[in-house]
Amino acid sequence: MIRFENVHKSYGKHEVLKGIDAEVDKGQVACLIGASGSGKSTLLRCVNGLEDYQSGRILIDNEKVDAHAPSIHKIRTRVAMVFQRFNLFPHMTALENVMEGPVQVLAEPKAEVRARAEDHLRRVGLADKMDFYPSALSGGQQQRVAIARALAMRPEAILLDEPTSALDPEMVGEVLSVLRDLAEDHMTMLIVTHEIQFAREVASNVFFLDKGQIEEHGTAEEVLARPQNARTQEFLRRVTHPF
Amino acid sequence: MSPLSERIQEYLPLLVTGLWQTVAVTLLSLVLASALGLVWSIMRSSGNRWLELPARYIVEFLRGIPILVVLFYIYFVMPEIGLDLTAFQAGVVGLALTYSCYIGETFRGGIEAVDRGQVEAAKSIGMKHGKMMRRIVLPQAFRIALPPYGNNMVMLLKDSSQVSVISVAELTMQGKMLASSTFDNMTVFTMVAALYLCLTIPLNILMRRVELKMGASK
Ligand SMILES: Nc1ncnc2c1ncn2[C@@H]1O[C@H](COP(=O)(O)OP(=O)(O)OP(=O)(O)O)[C@@H](O)[C@H]1O
Ligand SMILES: [Mg+2]
Repeated sequence: MIRFENVHKSYGKHEVLKGIDAEVDKGQVACLIGASGSGKSTLLRCVNGLEDYQSGRILIDNEKVDAHAPSIHKIRTRVAMVFQRFNLFPHMTALENVMEGPVQVLAEPKAEVRARAEDHLRRVGLADKMDFYPSALSGGQQQRVAIARALAMRPEAILLDEPTSALDPEMVGEVLSVLRDLAEDHMTMLIVTHEIQFAREVASNVFFLDKGQIEEHGTAEEVLARPQNARTQEFLRRVTHPF
Repeated sequence: MSPLSERIQEYLPLLVTGLWQTVAVTLLSLVLASALGLVWSIMRSSGNRWLELPARYIVEFLRGIPILVVLFYIYFVMPEIGLDLTAFQAGVVGLALTYSCYIGETFRGGIEAVDRGQVEAAKSIGMKHGKMMRRIVLPQAFRIALPPYGNNMVMLLKDSSQVSVISVAELTMQGKMLASSTFDNMTVFTMVAALYLCLTIPLNILMRRVELKMGASK
């Protein structure tokens, strides 16, 4: 479904992605882990064209992602994105945020979208917050609205960039449980996360990114419980036992 | 000389007609300047250099010319190339052109102050540039730009007195004529100042209200 073939990306002279090869199949939940600055966000952002890349290919079901081609708009409707800092539209209510894409971009009938958007908001546990503006919602609630906004596009896959790391600890659980729920429904997801425990539970694949290269990949069990690579071992030691 | 109260009553009708002219000049040029300013700001943040560069040069060019010279130019030079405007029209156009730059910069500041994450969120649901500007960026940019826009409004109102140089019969012009025929400078210009304050003070209060409300809703 999402395929990386020898993807290289630089900012000026600074090479951030150094030949990424990876694949996420339909229905899989892939977790991307790695130290700060290793290129995780960059890799994710290349998938829906928020960044361009210099060589190699990223394919969504055999369609090449090119940030500068007109086709990028269509691709973005197929691959949704959830941001670390939620990025809800502050001048719209939760419900309007969720309806915006389907109504304005996909030009779907408003009544139908509204019903579906309400379903999505109920699903993420926000039945009673639909008419609230983002500023009146907690971080965890905002992130759940953002997930509902992604779902409303009926995407083939969702990209999530550290969806819980801007949250207060007591709100992490509510967002992870929504993601668990999606994983059980076999929503294809590529998740950048530092929540190792969560990754072990839901991930079908884990990729460990280090200095712009995938150092290790495999099942969650393989990479997280029995890592072979010394760098992976070191990284996991640091995130699970920070002191 | 007759008593002060009588003189005030005598001058007031004339000055009030000037006041209305001032309001008319200000409102018309405000609408035009805002529309043009919006055009400049959208061009400058379009990401397309064939739109960006012309807008930048136009703004730079207009900002480099004193407003009086712009007014003289429109009123005295344009007729020579066949564009005959009344003093009122020339005044409105001159003010609007000059202020479109300030207002355009205000709007551009608002657009640039909108969080990058908003643009990315809009893109990530597949929005194209135009729709993103209309639905996501501009509504937020306007809220950010509102306080400085209010300042532009007050400045424009005061600068509308400049059109008296091409003899538009607005408040300052009426005052000048009245003063030179009565020699009662003190009374006339005090009244003129007071009448301007009747416009600017409520406008300032309104602005502060809006600002407070905006601050509270954030
Ligand atoms: N717009 C940019 N311009 C220049 N360099 C950038 C830009 N964005 C990221 N980088 C650099 O690219 C590298 C990878 O950044 P990236 O944000 O992808 O890392 P990350 O793995 O997501 O880190 P974190 O865990 O802190 O989010 C970093 O060295 C960063 O400084
Ligand atoms: Mg990151």
